[in-house]
Amino acid sequence: MQELTLGQAVNQALREEMSRDERVFIAGEGVGVSIHSDPRMATYGLLEEFGPRRVKDTPVSEAAIAGLAVGASVMGLLPVVEIMFNPFFTIAADQIVNHAAKLRYLSGGKSKFPLVVRIKTGAGIGAGCQHSHNLEAWVAHSPGLKVVMPGTPADAKGLLKSAIRDENPVIFIEDMILNFVPGPVPEGDYTIPIGVADIKKPGKDVTVVTWSKMLGAAFKAAGQLEQQGISVEIVDLRTLVPLDEATILESVRKTGRLVVLHEATRTGGFGGEIAALVAEKAFDMLKAPIKRVTAPDIPVPFSKPLENFYMPNEVSLMEAIKELF
Amino acid sequence: MDNNEQKKLLRMMLLIRRFEEKLVDLSKDPQKLGGMMIVCTGQEAVAAGVGAALAPEDVIISNHRSHGHLLAKDAEPDLLMAEIFGRRTGYNKGKSGTLHIAAPEVNALCTTTVVGGGIPIAVGTAFAAQYQQKDFVTVCFFGNGASDEGSFHEALNMASLWNLPVIFVCENNIYSGAQRLEEHTKVKDIADRASAYAMRGEMVDGNDALAVYEVVQKAREDCLAGAGPVLIECKTYRWGGHGTNDEQLYQPKDEIARWKEQCPIKKLKASLMQAGTLAEQEYQDMEYEIRLIVERAVQFAEASPWPDPAEALEDVYA
Repeated sequence: MQELTLGQAVNQALREEMSRDERVFIAGEGVGVSIHSDPRMATYGLLEEFGPRRVKDTPVSEAAIAGLAVGASVMGLLPVVEIMFNPFFTIAADQIVNHAAKLRYLSGGKSKFPLVVRIKTGAGIGAGCQHSHNLEAWVAHSPGLKVVMPGTPADAKGLLKSAIRDENPVIFIEDMILNFVPGPVPEGDYTIPIGVADIKKPGKDVTVVTWSKMLGAAFKAAGQLEQQGISVEIVDLRTLVPLDEATILESVRKTGRLVVLHEATRTGGFGGEIAALVAEKAFDMLKAPIKRVTAPDIPVPFSKPLENFYMPNEVSLMEAIKELF
Repeated sequence: MDNNEQKKLLRMMLLIRRFEEKLVDLSKDPQKLGGMMIVCTGQEAVAAGVGAALAPEDVIISNHRSHGHLLAKDAEPDLLMAEIFGRRTGYNKGKSGTLHIAAPEVNALCTTTVVGGGIPIAVGTAFAAQYQQKDFVTVCFFGNGASDEGSFHEALNMASLWNLPVIFVCENNIYSGAQRLEEHTKVKDIADRASAYAMRGEMVDGNDALAVYEVVQKAREDCLAGAGPVLIECKTYRWGGHGTNDEQLYQPKDEIARWKEQCPIKKLKASLMQAGTLAEQEYQDMEYEIRLIVERAVQFAEASPWPDPAEALEDVYA
């Protein structure tokens, strides 16, 4: 099987979908003649292959980029636009939250907005808090959007293909560190359904629900705890909206313990949603309180030791898990 | 424009006027018609003039002052009225109400109440025309206040850069909420803002439906010929407040009176009568016919069922 980084897997999905369907076009800042001439980046080489009609290098105009997607999608095109860094989503938020998410409802179901907004996210790149900020909970709180956050290159490829073929606005959030971590990716066309979580590792004693980059920390912690006799089940959500409640609940009913792990800050984070879900629907199966392992409620700092402190890791996860026994 | 077409313009303005007068009247009684009411009284020439210049396949993106735009794009008065009444039979099954009506049937694809929010979307619909090599234009309506939004500047820049077939129609009615033009921008003519994007900017008497029609028709031809976007500023006036609950304390009475003298309906009617192409009786017949249309629309809306509460859960996702 080919080994690709998440960025390369996204690149392959884009290439295959653009070849498959003439209606697919991409737009964003630097998606064509890119400032990122790194072949591991998502849109590398697509301008050369598909030309400037279908690969639109845009001005630095996040609201216009998102609006372009809204208007083009209602006319039957399949835009895949890019917001370079997650904090810049806030400038595009009107188009995404007030328009992409709501216009179908406001049309009484008559119009469709089959667009994809790819957003790069995550700490660990040494860029500080105006480039690094995980805002998935903001998007997930807007009905009308679907929210996808893959944690492996293989999932990224299959989920992005599904996102492009989905008739709804899909916010597809890619962690930047994962752009540099290779993993196995199946060749050719395959899709992974949006809204289905994946048990990345079965276990008996505790459920860790996580997504995106934190999957790596979950694996590291699980490996070490395994040697200490604690069997960890890792549930990778992959999609936040729609949420695969059944897989989460089934896992917690089996293990009786839950830790939610995410890189985003704690207050109002999506981890609270998972905790509330389990408290509402599987409380009687819990053998211990629900734990959240998250970043502290601070902006992402720059200095390496500070940035490392910000991000949850296998150590903080292991500590939380051990407190449950 | 020949006589018959001019009469159609007059008729459309009259329909918009009477339709909205009825709404204002009904909304005085919240039992009859609840919610906000925002009307375009005094600005009908813009809607009618633009509508007359467009083909059915052309797209419009509207804003909070939308009833006129929708009627002029040939939306059905019955379905509009039912939507404004929140009924299931309305254009959007009661989910939009007066403020966000979309009528894809007539390519009125989006009405947004986020000031300036529709302008980037118009870039998208115009991009689709270019991408698919289809011959239609997009008209985006917005007010003078919206031209202060970042979305306006981002969208005009992108539309001009990519030579998109889009006509940005600014209805400069002198007010933005309760602020006068000179209180919200130092720019005297919004059309001047086009030059910042190497785009053609046009100014037109927004109370002259024929003039609006002509300038939009020319812009449409240019767009279809690939000449890129045009910004058209229609100078007009908002007779009422921002909404019907606005007491207009900030609008000088003599200013309102002066602009009422410039009533677009009165203006076109006088010109047609002077030219001998319209008789008073014909005008009265037109009035009568329009009153019937409006009455029927109200009856249709009032007789229509409310949506079932559970329908609120539908239409979020495709």
